Amino acid sequence: MGLKKFVLRKIVAACLTIAVIICANFFIFRMAPGDPVRMMFRDPRVSAETMELMRQKFGLDKPLSGQFVAYVKNLAHGDLGMSFSQRRPVVEVLAKRIPYTLLLVVTALTFAILLGVTLGAIAGWTSGSKFDTAILTASVTMYSIPTFALGIILLMLFAYVFPVFPLGGIFTPASGYEGFELVKDVAWHMFLPATSIVVWYVGEYVVLTRSSMVDVMEQEYITTARAKGLRRSRILRDHALRNALLPVVTITGVNLAFAAAGVIEAETVFSWPGVGRLAFDAVSQRDYPLLQGVFMLFAFAIVMANLTIDLIYGYIDPRITVGDR
Amino acid sequence: MALYLKKNNKFKEFFQLLFGHPMGFAGLAIILIFLGMALFAPHLGTQDPAKSGAVENLLIPPTSQFWFGTDDLARDIWSQIIYGSRISLTIGFVAALITVFSGTLVGLVSGYYGKMVDEVLMRIVDFFMMLPELPLMIVLAAVLGPSMWNIIMVVSLVSWPTTARVVRSQVLSLKERPFVESARCIGASNLQLMFSEILPNVVPLMFAQAVLMVTEAIYAEAVLSFLGLGDPTSISWGMMLNHVFESGVIAESYWWVAPPIVCIVGLIVSFSLLGTAVSDILEPGYKEKRGF
Repeated sequence: MGLKKFVLRKIVAACLTIAVIICANFFIFRMAPGDPVRMMFRDPRVSAETMELMRQKFGLDKPLSGQFVAYVKNLAHGDLGMSFSQRRPVVEVLAKRIPYTLLLVVTALTFAILLGVTLGAIAGWTSGSKFDTAILTASVTMYSIPTFALGIILLMLFAYVFPVFPLGGIFTPASGYEGFELVKDVAWHMFLPATSIVVWYVGEYVVLTRSSMVDVMEQEYITTARAKGLRRSRILRDHALRNALLPVVTITGVNLAFAAAGVIEAETVFSWPGVGRLAFDAVSQRDYPLLQGVFMLFAFAIVMANLTIDLIYGYIDPRITVGDR
Repeated sequence: MALYLKKNNKFKEFFQLLFGHPMGFAGLAIILIFLGMALFAPHLGTQDPAKSGAVENLLIPPTSQFWFGTDDLARDIWSQIIYGSRISLTIGFVAALITVFSGTLVGLVSGYYGKMVDEVLMRIVDFFMMLPELPLMIVLAAVLGPSMWNIIMVVSLVSWPTTARVVRSQVLSLKERPFVESARCIGASNLQLMFSEILPNVVPLMFAQAVLMVTEAIYAEAVLSFLGLGDPTSISWGMMLNHVFESGVIAESYWWVAPPIVCIVGLIVSFSLLGTAVSDILEPGYKEKRGF
């Protein structure tokens, strides 16, 4: 299979996935109990006629097929409906929150990858040593701790018992900070939520890089490099690490799907005003349109991230476009 | 895969290896403690975990009557912890059972028949694997309503594809082996080949997957309950954390926060340790290395 065919196939698969997600999103929420109009106006004083009028206005009196067509049409225009609880368009609510989530995720993942890959590479390089065993055991434990549980522990210890860090939010309200002061304030607020996400990922990246490194170390080209008398640091950097990192690139795409989980948990515990906290708020207020929007956003982001990673991988590693799948 | 659990003594050997593995032994030991907690809950629990107490008993630290103190409704935390183990373990085991059986069935059929069947089933698996797990679970749990069976259903629906993937690749290599070929020559049907020739050789893999799935299901239940999507009729560890978090007394009530966290982390770590041990043992050459 040539590169062109590979790229085309991946793009078609991504489009199909998004199409199925759009359909699933419509039908899942039609199973929701309760009348959407009644959900929106939780007030017994609203008369039956008004309700009927609203139902007509939102097209809820039409058959399911008609509703589906309207839904797809609205979606094409970037309309995800109205949030029950905030009484604003879902798209508007989401757009405001996306930058905060991106800030948190990108920061946390960067630190996790740097730390995890470094520790994993050292563990794999010195495989079998005391250091290796210690790192591996610590990693298995680290990714067994749910992010929200770690978040609560950190919150209790470093925000209540020893009030070093703020309780939550993204910056000190009404502080009037600007420029560098503001950056410092945000970093201060981000420390605990980012840490609770990082810990889980470091465990994951250590285990992955280590096993990949151990595999690479058994390859013949490493023996060859040794036989040539190359320095250890040179073998590590140019021969071992470079090849060991390929699977790490792939897993980063897969990891983004899990990143959604970490983000929802950490943002909920630390009241970080991002998309993850929005998911929690939407659940507790039974705000289905908002929940639907959040789900769509996460699904879309993950499909796109995976597609990008697949395409990059196709360019980096020629074997992938030659193999059968 | 060096291990074939065809006869009983293979099972015995497998468990001998597991007990000999330090991580496996530690994991099993902790799991046994939690199993004991769940089995003997009525004897260990001192109070009805859901019964509110007198006003003067609100939020008191550990005493001789309330070993782990009480929550904001004066309910006994020790008893909540004891009974909570039942919820986590039930959801973990039932969800893992459903996941592994459905995943194995799909993987077996997909790997055995190949061609179009394989192509279609694997596209479905790919699709499910690309969905963001937690957001999907939240959406489904919110729409279906909070109940233990819904949580089990949601977790199973989201996790079967991993097992299907792993089993399929194993079946792909198994179906080319001579023993399958010879069975076919004797006139075994497709069903016989799949279920009595290939399936027994996938059992160790199923076991490894089951351990992994228990971990994921326990994690998922804890997170969903923490987010307020737990079954309101019974108090799980995740729900305890939800209550303490929502009540806003997190700072002054360490006795309410610490026990559920210790239990959730302890149970998940023990299954992770067991999982690591099992995958070590199933690695080819493990037995020889250990001198068996």
